[in-house]
Amino acid sequence: MTAEATTTDERDPAAARLLDAWRTPTGWRYWTAVNNSEVGLWYVVASFTFFLFGGILALLMRIQLAVPENDFLTADQYHQVFTMHGSVMMFLFAVPILEAISILLLPEMLGARDLPFPRLSAYGFWCFLIGGIFVCGSIFFGVAPEGGWFMYPPMTTEYQTGVGVDIWLLGLSFIEVASIAAAVELIVGVLKCRPPGMRLNLIPLYAWYILVVAVMILFAFPPLIAGDLLMELERSLDWPFFDASRGGDPMLWQHLFWIFGHPEVYIVFLPSVALLAMIVPTFARAPMVGYGWIVLAAVGTGFLSFGLWVHHMFTTGLPAISIGIFSAASQAVAIPTGIQLFCFIATLLVGRVTKSVCLLFTLGGLATFIVGGLTGVMVAVAPFDYQAHDTYFIVGHLHYVLIGGTIFPIVAGVYYYYPAVTGKQLSERLGRYAFWMMLIGFNVSFFPMHFSGLLGMPRRVYTYQPELEVGTLNLISTIGAFVLAAGFLVFLWDVLRPKSKQPLAPRNVWNAGTLEWLAEVPDKPWGVRSIPIVETRYPLWDQEQFVQDVDEGRFFLPGADEGKRETLVTSVVDAEPIQCLRVPGPTFLTHFAAVFTGGVFILSTFHWYVAAGISGVLAVATILVWLWTGTAWIPEKHEKDVGRGVTLPIYVSGSRAVGWWAMFITMLGDMTAFISLVFGYFFYWTIQEDFPPQDSTGPGWIWPIAALLAITLVWSAVMAARQFNRQNRGSMFYGALVCGIALSLTGGWALLMGPATHAMDPTSHVYPAIVWVLVIWTTLHVVVGIVMQLYCAARRMAGKMTARYDADIVNVTLYWHFIFLTTLITCLVIAGFPMVAR
Amino acid sequence: MRPELIDDVSQSALDPAGVGATQIVDLFHWMVGGGVVIWLIVVGLSVYSIVVPGGHRPRLTKTLVIGGGAVVPTVVLSSLLCYALAMLPELHRPPPSDSPTVKVNGVRWWWRVQYQTDDGRTIETANEIRLPVDEAVEFKLTSEDVIHSFWIPSLGGKVDMIPGRETRLKLYPTRVGKFRGVCAEYCGTAHAQMRFDVTVMPRPEFNRWLSNQSSDAREPSQQSAIRGGELFRRKGCGACHTIRGTDARGRVGPDLTHLASRSSLGAATKPNNTENLRHWITHTHHVKPGVTMPAFQALDEREVDAIVAYLEQLH
Repeated sequence: MTAEATTTDERDPAAARLLDAWRTPTGWRYWTAVNNSEVGLWYVVASFTFFLFGGILALLMRIQLAVPENDFLTADQYHQVFTMHGSVMMFLFAVPILEAISILLLPEMLGARDLPFPRLSAYGFWCFLIGGIFVCGSIFFGVAPEGGWFMYPPMTTEYQTGVGVDIWLLGLSFIEVASIAAAVELIVGVLKCRPPGMRLNLIPLYAWYILVVAVMILFAFPPLIAGDLLMELERSLDWPFFDASRGGDPMLWQHLFWIFGHPEVYIVFLPSVALLAMIVPTFARAPMVGYGWIVLAAVGTGFLSFGLWVHHMFTTGLPAISIGIFSAASQAVAIPTGIQLFCFIATLLVGRVTKSVCLLFTLGGLATFIVGGLTGVMVAVAPFDYQAHDTYFIVGHLHYVLIGGTIFPIVAGVYYYYPAVTGKQLSERLGRYAFWMMLIGFNVSFFPMHFSGLLGMPRRVYTYQPELEVGTLNLISTIGAFVLAAGFLVFLWDVLRPKSKQPLAPRNVWNAGTLEWLAEVPDKPWGVRSIPIVETRYPLWDQEQFVQDVDEGRFFLPGADEGKRETLVTSVVDAEPIQCLRVPGPTFLTHFAAVFTGGVFILSTFHWYVAAGISGVLAVATILVWLWTGTAWIPEKHEKDVGRGVTLPIYVSGSRAVGWWAMFITMLGDMTAFISLVFGYFFYWTIQEDFPPQDSTGPGWIWPIAALLAITLVWSAVMAARQFNRQNRGSMFYGALVCGIALSLTGGWALLMGPATHAMDPTSHVYPAIVWVLVIWTTLHVVVGIVMQLYCAARRMAGKMTARYDADIVNVTLYWHFIFLTTLITCLVIAGFPMVAR
Repeated sequence: MRPELIDDVSQSALDPAGVGATQIVDLFHWMVGGGVVIWLIVVGLSVYSIVVPGGHRPRLTKTLVIGGGAVVPTVVLSSLLCYALAMLPELHRPPPSDSPTVKVNGVRWWWRVQYQTDDGRTIETANEIRLPVDEAVEFKLTSEDVIHSFWIPSLGGKVDMIPGRETRLKLYPTRVGKFRGVCAEYCGTAHAQMRFDVTVMPRPEFNRWLSNQSSDAREPSQQSAIRGGELFRRKGCGACHTIRGTDARGRVGPDLTHLASRSSLGAATKPNNTENLRHWITHTHHVKPGVTMPAFQALDEREVDAIVAYLEQLH
């Protein structure tokens, strides 16, 4: 490595400077790295470690169920184990692994040097790691959650009083926040960090899928976070959201959970299909057939998946008409899935197939997944679901979907991308052993479950009686599970075995056509020597002299003249270059921010609210330092020559800037959580004859109107401040912000005064409770808005924001657009709706 | 230890003994048949595409994508929906108003069962349901604590029991016999042992059973049973259990008025016999973890014998 670096230095000083700018820190400082190659790799390793942990839990369950009336685990131990198995696999493996692989590979596929917010990825990773260890660790102290991964109240609110449920709610909320952070990063990455010329119709299919999935995460996770919030409030403050005796309803949780939970299935499944969409054309030696169809199908699946959640609730006594509608919608999702599968098959038919372990896992995955898809169609048929629901049939079905649709493709992806990441190839021979053991073990384990379910074995039982006559089937399942596990061990050995003596793989070892295979062997930290102009979907196949031009720096940003880390930002549709973006380098700030954020959630679990509050203040302070030192740098010159005669601005603000997009996308997620709470309000209205209750006064209309007025003025003040800053009228700018802050305080206070002055006791009934939640949610956002206004004032004072370089105030204005909307909706709901309803 | 078997009862959805269950098994068989055919075609095509050297014409494959991916699934799924959703109205239609109604409450981890007699009285029993054959019956279901799910696989589908709501389920048993019902929604510690016995019987037999159930508990006549009844009172059992005709009126635990007529104990955890009844009283949590009833380990041999003798004559 060193020798090579020296020769590069002598031969090409531009390359040397580029290498220097992107150099990975060494020694213990290695852990301060924020570049996607390092963070992505850690993320992948951590997710796989959690996967192995979840797998061991699965084996414990299979041992317990191997024979009837076994006493290997007690009932409570078993319940902790199955709860953790589901939660770990879903929240600590399935979602994070897709984000991990995307952070690792997406920039490479887009010819970008990094994602737009490297420190945000790093922060997300450290949050994930801390939260994951916290949640998993609980099982070693016997206090793990035991409410199932679906946590249905009132069992989890009134009957499980231990710390387990809190660990689940707070620990996983913490991780969900990190997932949303990664989603924001990936959406902006796909939309804004593509290479010049890569118009929307040329994007690698993987990036399309990730875009769809990240948008799904953005809209699916917030309802769950809203549900977590309501449940935690019921548990710690006795606000009766799910308590039927005080007007609440346990079904609200089920709706919020499954509005998240069903898209979750596709959030897990689509990225794996995305991997297959990269693997199949490479081994078929042909471009993907039906690119447009696949994109449409992926988008369609994403949309449809939000309209299916009720099929998890077919047995809750819903009317036949809604069951019919959701039954039909659930069937409909099979069609886009079918299109994607047939596009893959068509591509293989057109091309000349090269056989490899990757393809073996692809095919095995498809064959398995199709079984799961067909049983999925069966359970989507409501009458059959009345029998199959909550039995081992569903356990069989969902594992065929998730292992066939997710695990096999991910293993295929590991075999495929391992050489690009490490420079060494995995063994085809060991791969074949692993494949057959996994395929056979999997089917032996999970196929019999369909029958044990229909023979009457419900899910989530820690034991079963011998007269049920499912003992043999369960023993077979257990044996299969161990064969499957052995297959994984072979795979794991292949990945981890020392390979220092093994020769390096050739560059682009599979002869693929997409940009990530520009990676040199061994890989260089700069990603690509120069950011190419892309004209086709498979530039390595179709564009002449492409690799040579990239390597010799004939495209964009071949050097780093100022020694800064830079990448290109392009326009959303046509990928015209619009900015040379400077991204920040290694730091410890992200670690501190993650630890303190984690502190808020973890300390709250144990009801140490003072410590949690201190941790929260520290987290905010750290994040402010991070923003202050690491974002919106004023460059030494306005523009920069990025090569090929193109000159681009270094600093942009508004809708051309990645920061603006991140704010916009984050606030969409934030609004989704808020709308979920509003949904709760109207849900109570639909199920109760008397809502808002006749004898309740409500928050009145005076205070809400006053609050709305104040917040509207803040909103105007912030917009005025943006304008004054642009006109460089300093005193007017500060004046507007001072007014804004004063009015924010007034508005927040007025919001709280509504319910406070009307004796609305949130523990007495669900009506005051939900009003309080809406008000507190809005007030907290106003408080954050105050901090943002102070931040902007300080930035200008310190000379870090000027009339020309105004990203801070522009983004804060965008935030206030959303806060105005939030306040408007809150006031209309709490003050306006009771007038209409009566 | 050799496992102990309760009566030979059916708990299989594939061995239907009711109208709903039979329809659903037919549906299942059709879907499995169709599924196998589809799987063979798609997987066969995939294997073919890999094994056979390619180079097929792109136009052909476009037809494949549109036909196989969109047209065929649309047609197949639409027909399936028509067939299956046509079953829904009948499955959901309330039974005739003169059909028997059974009210069942899920309680952690047992079942409170209430019948209406012809003279309008409510008869309570627990963990056992008897039904007349060839008659529709309506269940009114709710829960007294967490969410449970009421499922008798041999007779038909399941419906959840939700606190604060009443859900309904119609079943139509067509075969005399013994069946097993279970809780299908995870409800905490003893979820695996929350089961119940279902007996489908001819109408006259059912009437006899119901009239026996509607009577008060019989007075003990034997010496030890009399003493057992007294102990039952003195040890406070009546705080949780009802025995109609005595001053035991507790509502926390199952009604024991006709305990001896039931075939199992502990919500179908163990067969109802002397040995198991003794064990239940003294080692409750060993038999069924999590149960709220305290184990009466402090009772001496003779006290247990007496209580068991009392309970065993409650036919």
